Amino acid sequence: MGKLPYDIAHLLGGAMLLLSFVLLYQRRVQAVINAFAVQGGVLALAAAWQANMQGVPELYLTALIAFVAKAVLIPLALRAMLRRLDLHRAVETALGIGTSMMAGVAVVALAILVVLPITAGARAIAREDLALALSVVLLGMLMMITRRNAISQVVGLMSLENGLVLAAVGAAGMPLVVELSTAALVLVVFVVAGFFVFQIRERFDSVDTAALESHRGEGAGDGWRGEGAGDGWRGDAGQDGQRGGAGQA
Amino acid sequence: MQTLAGLLTQALHLALVLLAAPLVVGCTRWLKARMMGRRGAPPWQPVRDLAKLLRKRPVLAENASLVSEAAPYIAVVTTLVALALVPSFAQGMAFAPLGDLLLVAGLLALARVALVLAGMDVGTAFGGMGAAREVSFSAFAEPALLVAVLSFAILAGSTNLDLVAATFRDGQLGLRVSLALAAIAMLAVALADNARMPVDNPGTHLELTMVHEAMLLESSGRHLALWEFQAALKLELWLALLAAVFLPFGTAAAGAGPLAWGLGLLAWLVKMAGLTLALAVFESAIAKMRVFRVPEFLGAALLLALLAAALLFVSTGLA
Repeated sequence: MGKLPYDIAHLLGGAMLLLSFVLLYQRRVQAVINAFAVQGGVLALAAAWQANMQGVPELYLTALIAFVAKAVLIPLALRAMLRRLDLHRAVETALGIGTSMMAGVAVVALAILVVLPITAGARAIAREDLALALSVVLLGMLMMITRRNAISQVVGLMSLENGLVLAAVGAAGMPLVVELSTAALVLVVFVVAGFFVFQIRERFDSVDTAALESHRGEGAGDGWRGEGAGDGWRGDAGQDGQRGGAGQA
Repeated sequence: MQTLAGLLTQALHLALVLLAAPLVVGCTRWLKARMMGRRGAPPWQPVRDLAKLLRKRPVLAENASLVSEAAPYIAVVTTLVALALVPSFAQGMAFAPLGDLLLVAGLLALARVALVLAGMDVGTAFGGMGAAREVSFSAFAEPALLVAVLSFAILAGSTNLDLVAATFRDGQLGLRVSLALAAIAMLAVALADNARMPVDNPGTHLELTMVHEAMLLESSGRHLALWEFQAALKLELWLALLAAVFLPFGTAAAGAGPLAWGLGLLAWLVKMAGLTLALAVFESAIAKMRVFRVPEFLGAALLLALLAAALLFVSTGLA
């Protein structure tokens, strides 16, 4: 039994991770969507390879779903959305590109630190695979946090889901029902998110989610920023205090 | 016998790289011109340019110090020494035990210091600006290179170029995600170090965003010839380095005799031609980046290299 099949599965996982970084690095919405489509294609390849390697034909179905939905339909829909909304091409980032890349590497380091202790008994390659999938998930989350353009946030969510599927196809014996329901859920989420993007656009003439923040209902007008931040700080301090108390008790 | 073969291959290697350096630059320019629909100068045009420039006396500014005179020689010699350490057609050459990746990086850094000093020596605005940019880019590029070398060293157990190439060639390692990430980081560093397209435009010296050319504006005649030759050597060095690490196939052993050397030479020429073609295609397809985005580009390379090393720490169980 050669090592090569595992290596290829592993390399595909690495390509997914790399594409997550490409998503973080891109500034233009169009390029973000392209990178997302490529990631969907790589995901389909990874699933098909796992089907071949584990001898589980159901995974071919997963691969097909991933390809049709992630690499073709959703990017097409996003592009149509982009055309209809007539968006500016540049993405507004809440953090700079350099900072978000650094945060990305920190997130990958976090994934590795989390995966290592809980998979102490597993093979090295399996540990690395799991770390890769978790990193893709966390990077998707990071993308949702660092981008203020609603479409990029949707792409971040979808990319997060790519990571989940990657982890699922890597684990042998994942029931098909779970995967199908996950895929269906993602489509529903996509539809809802698309609907929201249109609503945001209609109300605020922009898909910058920062426009929403003044409508959160805490304080009026300009005061929201200071107050919101203040609440957050106090909450944290309270929790810390409680934790400290528990530790003493 | 072994030492004789080592010495002979080393001498042949030096002659080969000296001959090939202008041709690599010429071929890249010719291929780019063809791809852009121009006829282009023949690939040996840089040889003619060098011959012409070498006949001319350098004109130095009044306030030029010794640095302006010495820097081109230092840069050419250090680059040539570095190139002597990077294997081309044969492995196990006489200098192979010295062929450490860190040493190559250090020699390249020394050549860069000479270039930067020469750029600043006369005190013109463009020279200083180019020098500042070169240094600020290399502050990202050099760590990226060193971290990539770190991941090779984890895999191969050594930073010696011959040992790294031998480890990668025998296929025990298989395909590694870390190697792919490190390869991308190395490619980005190579583009930046050679002042190639997304970072700097090698085809012009009339741009406000130039980096490499800005430092050479004051040099002329023999000195300019040396600088151009150094740039050609450096491009060849990077291509040979990428070929040696990531495409280590078909290289002959030093003791294997002339026939094997010939095959190794053929393999090397094919690899270099492929890399040159890839460079030309890439440069024709891509636009130059704005100067202040270059640190982002190189920072991404550094982060990828770090990622490669971090994943290796996980998979080899060092962490």
